[in-house]
Amino acid sequence: MNDLLAALRKDLLLQWRGRAQLIAIFAFGAAALLLFSFAIGPDSQSLRQHAAGFLWLGLLLASTLSLAESFEREMEEQALEGLLLLPASARALYYGKAIANWGHLTLLGVALVPVMVVLYDAGTLRLLSLFCVILLGTAGLSAPGTLYAAMTSQTRGRQTLLPLLLFPLVVPVLLAAVKATSLLILGDPMGQFRPWISLLVVFAVLHWSLGGLLFGRVVED
Amino acid sequence: MPRSSARPVALIALGVAFLFAGSFWGLAKAPAELFMGDVQRIMYVHVPTAWNAMLALSFSFVCAVSYLLTNKWKWDSRLEAGMEMGVVLSLLLCMQGAIWAKPTWGVWWDWDPRLTTTAVMVFAFGGILALRAFVDDPERRAVWSSVACILAFVDVPIVYFSVKWWNSLHQAQSTPQTVSSAFHWPLRINAFGILFLWTGLVALRTRVAAARLRSELAPPLPPPGATASASGGAL
Repeated sequence: MNDLLAALRKDLLLQWRGRAQLIAIFAFGAAALLLFSFAIGPDSQSLRQHAAGFLWLGLLLASTLSLAESFEREMEEQALEGLLLLPASARALYYGKAIANWGHLTLLGVALVPVMVVLYDAGTLRLLSLFCVILLGTAGLSAPGTLYAAMTSQTRGRQTLLPLLLFPLVVPVLLAAVKATSLLILGDPMGQFRPWISLLVVFAVLHWSLGGLLFGRVVED
Repeated sequence: MPRSSARPVALIALGVAFLFAGSFWGLAKAPAELFMGDVQRIMYVHVPTAWNAMLALSFSFVCAVSYLLTNKWKWDSRLEAGMEMGVVLSLLLCMQGAIWAKPTWGVWWDWDPRLTTTAVMVFAFGGILALRAFVDDPERRAVWSSVACILAFVDVPIVYFSVKWWNSLHQAQSTPQTVSSAFHWPLRINAFGILFLWTGLVALRTRVAAARLRSELAPPLPPPGATASASGGAL
């Protein structure tokens, strides 16, 4: 537990010192949201209908940048090998990084919401529920994302490989998060919000446990 | 030491013979389906392909788990072969589905759970094959692709259910129990034909993978007659 907190503290500190990166990634996500609207045209009705999908696609695209970045730093001067030599379990390192990435992506998601509201006129007053969806959706992205970033950061062609591996895997997260967000924005007459939330929870629980189980093998040498 | 490839080749020949027999039966002997007519005859390859694609991917999952548990190289070679076969069969499945869907539903593609899940599977496992191509260190390649294979395989049912909730249109799965007895035999024969074909091909492909591993693991200047036994023991 102490190992985990120390690892988390290290990763949060790294992210805080690299906060310019967060702003750049946010700008990327916002630009993606702007570009998506050109695919639909200026029809405000259909823009509102597609807003949730665009938000999550923007977040997904931006997340590959932030996930890759989180391991890029560990590759400099073989920092990762140094970390593995410490008397801390690889699992603690994984959860530290995954939680830090989770926080990073949640922040990014929360920051993109106002952009969505402004561009697509797609607001909701159920802010707490929306925050919940973002929290669960980014949890589903960060656990497998951290694991795959650990692998791909050590390979050639990493910019291509991370999205290639991550995108098919997180299809359920994308579907559930888009649906849940959409229900919040457009109204939920049939009460379908709950099942999508449970799907997000199941996915997150599964991948957080699998990630912790398998990470040790991924970074071993 | 190269083993004789007589058995896999015999399996492949048997598979091809079964496929010819089953397809001849399905195309010429079995009656046309009442509503869909001759279009339905694609079922004789489509349904067996679906079973075998699942089987091949399950086989790779077993190989991945076995590799992580035992660290034996033979499981890595089998994983490579099985996963390639699974991707090829899934891709074939998508194509056959599209060929069937155009005259039946009027569209090439539909966002139905099984179709979408198969497409997602193609990309998920195809991505792992790409990962394998990008990693030069055989040990890392084996571990990473096993880990990725486990994640992708565990993901398949979740993808299926999420898409199912999202949208649904496909008809219920066809099994020998759900189709009339006139259609049974070609379906079964073709299923075994494809099974024999892919197991034979996988056996051959495993040897190719093992041979590559041997050359990768071999010390730079091997003494004559030495076989590689870096960390995984026998190949």
